[in-house]
Amino acid sequence: MLRDLYYTAFEFVRTFGALQLFFLRLLIYTPAVLSRRFGLVIGQVHNAGALSLVIIVICGFFVGAVLGLQGFSNLSRFNAEDSVGAVAALALVKELGPVITALLFAGRAGTALSSEIGLMKATDQLSAMEMMAVNPIRRVVVPRFLGGVVAMPLLAAVFSMVGLLGAHLVCVSLLGVDVGSFWQQMQQSVEIADINEGIVKSVVFGIAASLLAVWEGYNAIPTAEGVGRATTRTVVLTAIVVLIFDFMITAVAI
Amino acid sequence: MDAVSDNLIEIHDLDYSFGARKIFNGLNLTIKRGQVTAIMGPSGTGKTTLLRLITRQIVPDHGVILVDGVDIATLNQTGLYELRKRFGVLFQNGALLTDLSVFENVAFPLREHTRLTNRLIRHVVLTKLHAVGLRGAADMMPQQLSGGMARRVALARAMVMDPDILIYDEPFVGLDPISMGVIVRLVRKMNDALGISSILVSHDVQEISTVADCSYLISKGKVAASGSPDELNRASSELVRQFMHGMADGPVAFHYDAPDYAEQLLGRDAE
Ligand SMILES: Nc1ncnc2c1ncn2[C@@H]1O[C@H](COP(=O)(O)OP(=O)(O)OP(=O)(O)O)[C@@H](O)[C@H]1O
Ligand SMILES: [Mg+2]
Repeated sequence: MLRDLYYTAFEFVRTFGALQLFFLRLLIYTPAVLSRRFGLVIGQVHNAGALSLVIIVICGFFVGAVLGLQGFSNLSRFNAEDSVGAVAALALVKELGPVITALLFAGRAGTALSSEIGLMKATDQLSAMEMMAVNPIRRVVVPRFLGGVVAMPLLAAVFSMVGLLGAHLVCVSLLGVDVGSFWQQMQQSVEIADINEGIVKSVVFGIAASLLAVWEGYNAIPTAEGVGRATTRTVVLTAIVVLIFDFMITAVAI
Repeated sequence: MDAVSDNLIEIHDLDYSFGARKIFNGLNLTIKRGQVTAIMGPSGTGKTTLLRLITRQIVPDHGVILVDGVDIATLNQTGLYELRKRFGVLFQNGALLTDLSVFENVAFPLREHTRLTNRLIRHVVLTKLHAVGLRGAADMMPQQLSGGMARRVALARAMVMDPDILIYDEPFVGLDPISMGVIVRLVRKMNDALGISSILVSHDVQEISTVADCSYLISKGKVAASGSPDELNRASSELVRQFMHGMADGPVAFHYDAPDYAEQLLGRDAE
């Protein structure tokens, strides 16, 4: 029992250390990749972004619509239904936008990244690159990582925007909240600091989700089963890490 | 020419194991410059592993590998990449990059390591694809190729940087007799016309004897026999005869190490 615990703790610390070293390597290669393989990075931003865009738009719309409904029914108990725009905007920008986007991103783009890199490993493509004197971390891993890091905040912004449209549609068009007060209250109560908090979160989540996805893919056991397991782990780990970071950033911001 | 520079690759006293399973145990082997050297051996003896050791994708537990007299264990990453640019490797399963077209796969090393114009790259790539008979497949994706076609594309890619040393891991598997003949002649022609050296891993005793200058037969972690194909064919050792003539009975076990067959079927080893 104790031995198992000891072993698990040891493995955890070791993996965590290796992950940090891996992250450091990605960062060290980043300037060179950005200057010499910019096209690859843009391609990956497009990949990761385009993959997730549809799901982000659909989910964003409905999350916003639900916020509108719930906000309206709760606030009308205090005769404050005009503030529903402000409440929805704060919830979306600071919290739900970054968090839900990160979770969806992990499920859509993150899994695609892990399985793609894992399969490249399983079919010897990464060794073949090594043999052609091309560093697979630079050629394959870093562009995908950077693509995810750039795409994630953009997707979070899209999520929040579409969410506001959803809330607007429900509150203004269906429930009859006054358009002017809906947007004016929002404008007055959402501050730059709130938006910054959302941006910081989406950037941090973007780094975490992309890092875990490429890490799991790169370290996958090179078999069909191993790649499948790596993909699952990507989603699970990202969800855990994102929610922990969310708590920490919120605690600091408040 | 002195004796040292005649030897392109020297392997001294090599040991390697995967976990508890010993693959090589004191292997010694020399590959001569300008020749086609064949490495033969039963499946699972470690031929692919040997190629990975020579190109330092993995490092030996013990022993030295010299390429041009330089111990490859001493190279840093830059030195290693410089060395690898001199190698062209055909992987056992092709290992084409699945997100690139056939053309871009062959162009890949050129785009990575040279500053050739697109026009020149196009010229070089089409020449190499033509040599393997697949110029018409340039725009296909690797997923659309058959196994044999993929292998030929991989061969074109291995040749595209005009390497000094070409390494082929099982180049003849999955080829029809016509492509096989073409590829065999291509291996020989590249070797002689370009003055390069070739290392050829294969089971195919027949084809080997038509191209190889020198063959090594590896078994049980050591070189079991070496020499020209004729010499091997005439060899008297039982092991060599078994392999060269494809007999199931003999010193080479057809089975991977396993518990006793009858006992296992009767379930005794579970107790
Ligand atoms: N990554 C690995 N982990 C553990 N064992 C391995 C690994 N790769 C290969 N082996 C073992 O090493 C031995 C040699 O493998 P290798 O691929 O070098 O054989 P080979 O001679 O190329 O066989 P074949 O002719 O079938 O290609 C095999 O018995 C295999 O089980
Ligand atoms: Mg092999």
